[in-house]
Amino acid sequence: MIIVGMTITEKILAAHAGIERVRSGELINAKVDVVLSNDITGPVAINEFNKLGAKKVFDKSKVVMIPDHFSPAKDIKSAEQCKAIRDFAREQELTHYYEVGQMGIEHCLLPELGIVAPGDLVIGADSHTCTYGALGAFATGVGSTDVAAAMATGEVWLRVPETIKVVLKGKPTQPWVVGKDVILALIGKIGVDGARYQALEFVGEGLEHLSMDSRFSMANMAIEAGAKNGIMAFDEKTRDYVKGRVNKPFVFYHSDPDAHYANEIEMDLSQLKPQVAFPHLPSNTRNIDQVGTVLIDQVVIGSCTNGRLEDMRIAAQVLKGKKVHPYLRLIVIPGTQAIYQQCINEGIVDIIIEAGGVFSTPTCGPCLGGYMGILAKGEKALATTNRNFVGRMGDPESEVYLSNPAVAAASAIKGKICSPEEVMEND
Amino acid sequence: MTKYIGKVWRVGDDIDTDLIIAARYLNDASEENLKKHCLEDVIPDFIGKIQKGDILVAGKNFGCGSSREHAPLAIKAAGISCVVAQSFARIFYRNAINIGLPIITSEEAVWGISTGDRIEVDVNQGYIFNMETGEEYETETFPPFIQEIIKAGNLLNYVKNRVKFNG
Ligand code: SF4
Repeated sequence: MIIVGMTITEKILAAHAGIERVRSGELINAKVDVVLSNDITGPVAINEFNKLGAKKVFDKSKVVMIPDHFSPAKDIKSAEQCKAIRDFAREQELTHYYEVGQMGIEHCLLPELGIVAPGDLVIGADSHTCTYGALGAFATGVGSTDVAAAMATGEVWLRVPETIKVVLKGKPTQPWVVGKDVILALIGKIGVDGARYQALEFVGEGLEHLSMDSRFSMANMAIEAGAKNGIMAFDEKTRDYVKGRVNKPFVFYHSDPDAHYANEIEMDLSQLKPQVAFPHLPSNTRNIDQVGTVLIDQVVIGSCTNGRLEDMRIAAQVLKGKKVHPYLRLIVIPGTQAIYQQCINEGIVDIIIEAGGVFSTPTCGPCLGGYMGILAKGEKALATTNRNFVGRMGDPESEVYLSNPAVAAASAIKGKICSPEEVMEND
Repeated sequence: MTKYIGKVWRVGDDIDTDLIIAARYLNDASEENLKKHCLEDVIPDFIGKIQKGDILVAGKNFGCGSSREHAPLAIKAAGISCVVAQSFARIFYRNAINIGLPIITSEEAVWGISTGDRIEVDVNQGYIFNMETGEEYETETFPPFIQEIIKAGNLLNYVKNRVKFNG
C-alpha cells in the first residue's frame, strides 16, 4: 500500500482523534478545543444538555457562549433566550461568556480575543464557525444537539472530508478587490453545493497578498459553497495576528506535498474584479461592471463576513466627505467593541455619521433579518453579509445583493449598485 | 421503525434553512412556533395542508445555509415522517440524524416522484417505492456508526448509552 501524505484538515482531525492518520470518508470521534453557541442555538443546546443528565460542562474554558444574534435583546422572547445562555454561563462559570458591552459578533470576537488558536478543532452551533479556518484551525458548523453532546463529553463525531485545493495565483491589481471578491467569485464558479461535505483549502502566492481580515471573510463563506470547513496554512500574517492574542500553546500544520486532493481549482487574482451576488443565492455572481441598473433602498456594512476593521476603514475611505443618497438607509455595524472603539479613534464613526449613515453597537441584527434594518416588501438591499436567500433580511419579497465594503459604501452614495471608482473619480 | 408510508410534498433544489424556518421566528424555539411556520415561504400554509406522516421530497442541497437545528425540528414537529432528497447540505444532514428525523438520499427517485404520490421509504433496507407508478429505487444506506445513532433514536440517547455522567 502506498501511503500518501495528509492535508492540514486531515492532520488536525487525526491529532484530535488520537490516531496517526485519517482517510476521507472515515467517521471519527474527535476531541474539541472550543465549543461555541449563541443566543439562538445555545438555548436549544442547553435544553439537550440538561436532558443528557450531565451536570457540568467538560471544560469551562472551552465552552463559549455569545449573545449576538438578537442582542441587545430585540424583544421579550429574545431577552429570554439571552437570559438562558447568561444563566447557564453563570452557573457553569464559563470563562468565555461576553455580555452586551463586551460582546461582538461571535466570529469576529473569538479570533480577536485569541480564543481560537491555529491547529485547534472548533465546533460551533453556527454555520459560519468555519471562519476560524483563516487561522489554520479546523472549524465547522454543527447543530445544537452536537454542541450539547460536546459540552458534556468534549467530543464530536465527524466525517473526514475530502479536500478541494484552491490555488490563488497573482496579486489583485484591480482597485478595491478584497477577500470577499475572491470567495464570491469562487462560489460563483463552483456553486452553492460545489464543495458540499468537503474542505476548501486555500493555497498559493495570492494568499500572501490578502490580509487576515480578508482571509477571515473567505473562510467565513466556505459554507456558502456547502463546504465543511475552509482552511489556510499558517504563515507570517497568521503569526503576527495571533501574537499577543493567543496565550495557549498551539501547533500549526501544513499539508504534505503528496497529500491527496479531490479536486484542484485555480483562480487568477490579477484578473479579478469586485463581485456582486444577485438574489437569491450567493453563487449568482457578476463582475461589478456587469451589474446594470439596480436601485437600492438600504446598504448594510457589517456581519461576521465584513464587520472587521479593514472593512470599516474601506467604507470610511469611500464615504469620506460624501453624502448617502436621500431615501437610502446606510447601516454600519462593527463586529466587536474593540473595532467600534478603534473606529471612534480613527474618525471612522464621524465620517459615517457626517455622510448620513447609522453606526451601531455590534450585533448580527439585519444580517439574518433579525432587527436593526428589516426590509419591507419589494425593497432591495446591498449588504456585505454572506447570504441573500429569499426573505433573509425581511419580507419574502425583498431582495438582498452581496458585495465587498467598498462597493457597498459607493452604492450607498449613488443609491444604486455601482463601482467605488464612480464615486472616487473626482478625488 | 425504519419504514415510512405517506403522501408526497415535492420541493425544488437548494431549499435553504431560511425557507424551512425563517430567522424572524427564531426568537422562540418551541415546537408550536416552529411547526406553525415550517416551509411557509415555499408552500403557503404548509402546516394547514399537510397530514401527519406525509413525506417531503426535495431536489439537491436540501437544508443549505445556517446551522439552525430549528430547521429539522420544524419539519419533524410539523409531522413529516421522512425527508428524501437528491442531496442534503451537510449541517442539515447531521442535525437530522442527531435529532432523529429520518432522511434518505436518492438521485433518481426524486425525478420520478410528484406531489400527491404515495410512496414507501425504507431507510434501513435502502429503497423507495412509488405506489403510484410502481417504480422502485435503491438508495444508499447509512454507515454502521450512523445506524447506531438512528437505532438509539437520536444522538443524545446514543451518548447516554455510552457515557455515565456523575455530575
Ligand atoms: S453576522 Fe450573520 S452570518 Fe454572521 S453569525 Fe451573525 S447572523 Fe450569522
